[in-house]
Amino acid sequence: MNAVQQTSVFLENKSGRLAEVTQIIAEAGINLIALSIAETSDFGILRFICDQPDKAAQVLREAGFSVGETEVLAVQVPHQPGGLAEVVGLIKPLGINIEYLYAFAGRTGQQAVVVLRPENGRNQEVAGVLQQAGYVLLTPEQAYDF
Amino acid sequence: MIWDVRNECMSVDEREAIQVKRLRAMIGRVKATVPFYHRVLADIDPADIESLDDLPRLPFTTKEDLRQNYPYGMFAVPMEDVVRIHASSGTTGKPTVVGYTRADIALWADMIARSLCQADAIPGDILHNAYGYGMFTGGLGLHYGGERLGVAVLPMSGGNTKRQIMMAQDFGSTLLSCTPSYALRLAEVAEEMGVDITSLPLRSGIFGAEPWTEAMRTEIEQRVGLKAYNIYGLSEVTGPGVSNECEYQNGSHINDDHFIPEVIDPDTGEVLPDGEEGELVFTCVTKECLPLIRYRTSDMCSITHDLCPCGRTTPRMSLVTGRTDDMLIIRGINVYPSQIEQVLLSFEEVEPHYLIEVDRKGTLDQLTVQVEISPDFFADRVGELEDLNRGIRGEIESVLGLSIEVQLMEPKSITRGEGKVQRVVDKRQTD
Repeated sequence: MNAVQQTSVFLENKSGRLAEVTQIIAEAGINLIALSIAETSDFGILRFICDQPDKAAQVLREAGFSVGETEVLAVQVPHQPGGLAEVVGLIKPLGINIEYLYAFAGRTGQQAVVVLRPENGRNQEVAGVLQQAGYVLLTPEQAYDF
Repeated sequence: MIWDVRNECMSVDEREAIQVKRLRAMIGRVKATVPFYHRVLADIDPADIESLDDLPRLPFTTKEDLRQNYPYGMFAVPMEDVVRIHASSGTTGKPTVVGYTRADIALWADMIARSLCQADAIPGDILHNAYGYGMFTGGLGLHYGGERLGVAVLPMSGGNTKRQIMMAQDFGSTLLSCTPSYALRLAEVAEEMGVDITSLPLRSGIFGAEPWTEAMRTEIEQRVGLKAYNIYGLSEVTGPGVSNECEYQNGSHINDDHFIPEVIDPDTGEVLPDGEEGELVFTCVTKECLPLIRYRTSDMCSITHDLCPCGRTTPRMSLVTGRTDDMLIIRGINVYPSQIEQVLLSFEEVEPHYLIEVDRKGTLDQLTVQVEISPDFFADRVGELEDLNRGIRGEIESVLGLSIEVQLMEPKSITRGEGKVQRVVDKRQTD
């Protein structure tokens, strides 16, 4: 099963924190591929995919951030109406909730990538269903070059 | 009305003779019955005590001594003589435990009858008692004192404020006992309900269990429409009723025929003269179950032996101005930062770096614990962090018996002090 490594960073809700994180990543020469932010009134979690996840985690930890690393699925979908609907429609019968997902479009604009995290890390089951239906799960290298 | 003219108004010499006699008897009793006192009073013979000037020869008793003898080690009577147990916050997870014999309960009720009379109460009054009932001494203390005096007691306890307003209105409460901040809360809720609380028959308020100021007194008297009296006490000494203000509101009369006060320099232990501020210390010469010698209250105040125009000859203490330790009083509940720290240490997802922030939202105190999450804590889901927040909050709330807020913070975001770390920020207006 192909999976990519996602980096997540705990952020207090105060101004300038995102700027600081992105600055650190930029200075380390790391390229962001996709990101999303989950927020509550008190804090946020920044999640991202980048070309050098181990290095990203390292430089952020050195700067004092609380950093997590998670394996997530990166599914290639046609960049057209209904692309996402079909993917989640396939997962629904499994009875597995999706903790979160976010998406990005590829360089050509023909294909998009949906990054998703099944609940309780049940990646294997979800990957199986998607692959059976003919979907491509990207390797880290494929995702970084997408 | 003075409840006990004989004992509240006796001459200073007569009182000292009684105090010395009681102190001698007490020393003999605790040496024989409490292993702790047997040890620390080894060199003291009751006969050596000739006057109150000999009191400083006796060792202090501290909250730490109570903790080391938890729960019943300081009791001077066998359990079959104990009829009541109360508890207040300890500095760790374990509370401070106090016990009462039947005579102790009677004495306590009598002290509160004195207090209520000082606050102008008479039989026929209706006492709206909104101190919490339970392990806390406020509720049951005022309850028994009210019954002793012969007023009709409404055992309201805390909370359900709208219902309290309705009952005060319908039942015609004339006396109100609660924390000063709850008195303001009642005024605030009455205003929201469109009830003019100042037009109710409430005449006197007996307020204590948390520090307050003259400015708060003025505000309460205006907004609630009554005369506000300070009541002071702590469970280790007996509970509320150790002292209370009379109609002159010029210091709280200490019932020193039972609780002998001293004010000391908290650093050197030296006794300070009248008028100088220091730590208040009590020796409980008549209590049977928990007769403590020179118990350090950690409350800062001054006392005076000048005679009061009311006719009572007992000494008076100022309002408490602060603490010698880091105890906080939130909505009448005692809170030690160490209690919170102990809970935080049990969660590996957070670091023991925290800040306790106390603020007054409207009239209610709110305590917020900011704590840093561990750099190693893995979280990619909001739910995981919310569960952690809820878990910490629940643990702290069950230890303190108080609802609080928790804020998760980034690693290293809480300022590291140089030298003594500042753990508490109290933003409440104290004047």
